[in-house]
Formats: sequence, C-alpha cells, structure tokens
Amino acid sequence: MAGGASRESWAFTVGGERLVLRRDPPGHVIESSRRREFALIEAAAAAGVPVPRVRWCEDDSAVLGTAFFVMDFVPGETIGRRILRDPALAPARAALPEQLAGAAARIHAMPLGALGAEPAAVASPAAAELERYESIYRAIAPDPHPALELGLRWLAARAPRRARQALVHGDFRLGNVIVGPEGLRAVIDWELAHTGDPMEDLGWLCVRSWRFGAEPPVAGLCERERLFAAYERAGGGPVDPAVVRWWEAFGNLKWAVICIMQAQTFLGGVKNVELASLGRRVAEVELELLDLMEE
Amino acid sequence: MQDRPTALELLAAVREFLEADVVPALGGRRRFHALVAANVLGIVERELRSEEEALAAEWRRLAALLGDEGPAPAGTAALRAAVRGLTAALADRIRAGEADAGPFAAAVRAHVRWAVVEKLRVAKGG
Repeated sequence: MAGGASRESWAFTVGGERLVLRRDPPGHVIESSRRREFALIEAAAAAGVPVPRVRWCEDDSAVLGTAFFVMDFVPGETIGRRILRDPALAPARAALPEQLAGAAARIHAMPLGALGAEPAAVASPAAAELERYESIYRAIAPDPHPALELGLRWLAARAPRRARQALVHGDFRLGNVIVGPEGLRAVIDWELAHTGDPMEDLGWLCVRSWRFGAEPPVAGLCERERLFAAYERAGGGPVDPAVVRWWEAFGNLKWAVICIMQAQTFLGGVKNVELASLGRRVAEVELELLDLMEE
Repeated sequence: MQDRPTALELLAAVREFLEADVVPALGGRRRFHALVAANVLGIVERELRSEEEALAAEWRRLAALLGDEGPAPAGTAALRAAVRGLTAALADRIRAGEADAGPFAAAVRAHVRWAVVEKLRVAKGG
C-alpha cells in the first residue's frame, strides 16, 4: 500500500476477509514496537476513537523478517493531497474538522496505561519533547543547520512551562487517517503515541506540510478557531491558541529532524529514493520555521 | 573533455523519460517512487547548473558575517569545504546564544533566510 516511508502496510484477503499486515521494513533506524501499537489501537477502540479492528500481533521476527500485526482493512482515502482535492470527498472535507477534533478529544481522554511502560510524566512536556528532538538532531545530522539552531533557541525560550498530561497520538494529520465520502473512518499510524501535552496533536495538525498545498491552516481544511471550538465542545478541554502555536512551530522543527532521520536511513544503506529525497525537503520546513519565528 | 550531450543534457533526458513514459505506465507505490525519482533528477540538474556560483556567493556572505578575512577558496571542492566549515561555525555561535539578540542576531537571521531560500531554489525550483 502506498504512503508511509517508515513502515510497510500490506493488504491481503483470507477466507473472504480483507486484512492489512503492518511491519517494519528490515534495516530501518526508527525503532518502535508493533506490539505496543497493536495494544494502543485496541485501547483507542475502547475509548470510542474510530480505528481499524486489530486481529493478531507477531513479535517473533523469524516469521516474516520483522515483527508485524494484522488488522481489518478499512476502505477509503489516506493520501492527504487527494482528501483535499477529490470532488467525491467534498462532504468529508465539510465534516472532517469536527470529526478530527472529536477524535483528538477522545484520544486525549484515553488512559495513560494504554502506552505500556512509559517514562513518568514531566512538568513541561514541551521542554522534554524539544530536548528529545534536539538530541536526535545532534546525534544524526550530517550537516550544520543554522536555521534549526535558531529554531531550537527560539523554541526553548518560549516553551510552555506546564501542561495537562494526556495520551498524545504523536502523528495526528491527514495521511494518517482513512477518509470516506462521509468523513473520518479511522485514525491509523499510532507508532509515535506518547505521554504529553494534548495541544501537541492540535499544533501538529496545523503544520504547513500537512496542508498539502491547500490554504486553510488546519490540515488544509479550516481556520484554527473552528478546530479549537469543536475540540472544546467535544470535551477536549480548554485550548490556549498561543500554546498550540508553539506546538505548531515545534512541529516544523520536529518534521525537519524526521526528514533528516529519513535521509540518514538512506545514507545508512537503505536504498529508497523517497527516503533520499526527504533530505532535500528540510529547506522548505526550515523556511516555514523562520516565518513562524517572525510572527 | 567529454562529448555532447553534457551531463545536464543527459540528466534532463532521463528525467523527461521518467515523466513522459515511466510514470504514466505505473501505478501505486512504484508510480509514486518514479515521480520522486524524476523530481530528484530535477534537483540535481538545478544544483549542477549553478553550484560553483552559489557556493562562491554563500562563502562571501558567510565570510562577511563571521569576519573571516582572506581570499576566496578556488574550485568547487575547496569552496564547498570552506562553506561547510563556516556554516558549522555559525551554527555553533547560534547554539552558544550569540545570535539571541542585537545587531549580530539580525544579520544572522538575514543570512540564514538567504541560505535557506537558496537551498529551496535547488530543491523546488523557481
């Protein structure tokens, strides 16, 4: 199945049932656990988040080369660019802002225990996440990036000091949701879920790269105010737009670091042209970060 | 001295073949990767077309910003190494807080924006 530079998803049919197998491509540098993702999707279903039904998880990499799990196939569109442009999905685009806000509110109400053995909560998830991505960047970047250094200083000086602790999806955006004409069918790709500030998911949804060329700031779908109001109505708790703005700026820094990580995977020997090309996407994210710092 | 077509002309021929013949004939993930491959060749074409002038311009700006006296390095490889070294020095000074405020901060921001736009010109064209 297309999409997703860091995991593979394979659709297949057995006994008339359409299923999806999700696994790590062998040799990948971004480590995460399929068992944990399997358990999270089960907990999300229990919390009322639309997700595919998960069936079976295999930890033994001897079976298929790497660990994997199997879930139901959910038909629909996942490519962000098409969700924003396909005429057949116009009703979905009208409904998605409220549906995404509702799904986010339900995710943020999930029990933290669903994450398994997570590090203890910290006073400032913002400072902690910034530190995490700075150390990844320091460990892997093959080139100096003055724009990211400016971003790191700017973000550190403005990191929100306190936050409500919640379960955060960590990659909540078009591309990681399945959409039918009526709207949101499933939230997928839970591998980056963690304990954090729920505003992180709202900020990430506003990152320019996830607008796929469309104008409106929230996922290319709507203005920020509409998302925030819908999130509060759905029981997600009060939204401070300045905090979401910080997470949006941080999201650009994080996406730049992820692009560098993907390019590093290529440089480490995984010969994939998409991973290679991501090294040259860093510049557009750096420019957006510089623009956000000017505001 | 190599015969025509030049390296740039050969790259353009392969890119146009990918765009016109390969991409439309493929579907799914392979089509997407063929599109990415064509875009990557476009990046290489733009970089090769202007690399030495771009590096020389970046070196002049960095040397002025960081007060680095001396003649410009000759040749693409020496320029690349010098620009890399000065950019690393700039990154270290930003990290040390020297560009947090004041006139140096403004000059650094202007340079960094210029350098990012220069990277984008190659990465995206236009």
